[in-house]
Amino acid sequence: MSVRAPERESLQADAAPARVAVAVTALTKEFPARRGTVTALDGLSLTVRDDEVLGIVGPSGCGKSTLLEIVAGLEPQSGGEVAVEGRSAPGERLARCVLMPQRDLLLPWRSALDNAGLALELRGVARREARRAAAELFARFGLGEFAAARVDELSGGMRQRVAFARTLLAARPVLLLDEPFASLDAITRAELQEWTRAALADEPRAVLLVTHDIEEALYLCDRVLVLSRRPGTVRAELPGYPVDGRSRRDAVTAAEFTELRHRALEALA
Amino acid sequence: MRRARQWGPPLALLAIGLALWEVAARVGWVEDYLLPAPSEVARALVEDRELLLDDAWVTGQEVVLGFALALAAGVAIAVGLHLSAVARRAVYPLVVASQAVPVIVIAPILVIWFGFGMTPKLIVIALICFFPIAVNTLDGLRAVDPAQVKMLRTLGAGRWAMLRRLELPSALPYMFSGAKVAVAVAVIGAVFGELVGSDAGLGHAIQVGTAQLLTARVFAAVAILSAMAIALFGLVSLIERRTVPWAGRRRPAV
Repeated sequence: MSVRAPERESLQADAAPARVAVAVTALTKEFPARRGTVTALDGLSLTVRDDEVLGIVGPSGCGKSTLLEIVAGLEPQSGGEVAVEGRSAPGERLARCVLMPQRDLLLPWRSALDNAGLALELRGVARREARRAAAELFARFGLGEFAAARVDELSGGMRQRVAFARTLLAARPVLLLDEPFASLDAITRAELQEWTRAALADEPRAVLLVTHDIEEALYLCDRVLVLSRRPGTVRAELPGYPVDGRSRRDAVTAAEFTELRHRALEALA
Repeated sequence: MRRARQWGPPLALLAIGLALWEVAARVGWVEDYLLPAPSEVARALVEDRELLLDDAWVTGQEVVLGFALALAAGVAIAVGLHLSAVARRAVYPLVVASQAVPVIVIAPILVIWFGFGMTPKLIVIALICFFPIAVNTLDGLRAVDPAQVKMLRTLGAGRWAMLRRLELPSALPYMFSGAKVAVAVAVIGAVFGELVGSDAGLGHAIQVGTAQLLTARVFAAVAILSAMAIALFGLVSLIERRTVPWAGRRRPAV
């Protein structure tokens, strides 16, 4: 397991200094509504370093998903600045980000392996080479025996893992995760959070994780921003819980974790 | 067992209908030249088999080629209309209008232009068959999940990749729905094309048989046409199950 941002502070001297991967400044998003406009985001600012997982927690409808789509260059903003690795043109942001939505959106006419390999095929890699690379990742993720499975044969948790493999194979410097576990049952979700933590630790990069689950954010992220109700603005910034090799169960039941959760709930209230 | 339950009722109903018909014709309730008994039709099928087979071969070719033409044109038009909003606005109304022009008006003109050969029949079949294919395929292309479009865009898909990897496969089940409607009416189109002017084909056999009051032969030709339509429909359904097996399966829960 490689070192994650909070534990890295002491090593900063000899490690390459972290750079800002995503910079959002005074971001505003308005949607036309039946009467006038609805403001989804109002003057939101944040930065994500290229080695950290930043969590965004907020109530439903606070514009979290919109934020990710704007960062990814899929949706235009109404005001403010967005830069990914210093580039602000939507097309350039699109080329540097990959967005993983809440629904797995696997294609039913492709096998599990070919669904993950799709990310490579879209980069111009030949199908056979894409399969080989996807199979390597499947083996690392413990998905090997499901490679040939049809999508409808996979459980919800398995499908989400395949979708995550597809996201990683896009090989972009910035990962945007939009409530990736929201559609799963509590047990599978806990399992997948632990699994994702390990998978991300293998390849540290800029991750922006949006969720309405405070526990998930504190467990998976290095920093957590708490957003207000619509229009979304930053209410509070909390550190993530320093998991430091502890199991998920030990982490979420620790006193410090509970303390952080209280602070998050207070900010949300 | 399941097959017996599936096929039993319709076959039984068919048998009862044929038996009643046979009795009605034998007893003499209806004249032979108006409604021949099923046994007479069967005898015509056997006795005139060479003639009918030749005609069926001609009609079968027309149907298959005309349908292939309609499939190619229908899918091409759907993709074209899908890719260009301008084309959609300009061409779609004309596509719909093409269906409002009665084939009965066009067919004789086609015979004048192209003669008694296969060409006018192919055009008639293609004209009535491309429409359900084009409309269904276009609906399929436009019904793609917008979330999936976004997902593919963030994975780096351009317009062409989007069409090839997502939109066309998603539209396949829709295309097959259109193709099944089309293949059923393709047989009607072929007969119609032949009735207007031809020297061969089952439509031609029907026309000649009617003029000569060979009613049994006419019914035999109709029976072959029905069998042809059912067989083609079955074939398209089979290809559909092979090509888009996922369409019949339970959609994965969200």
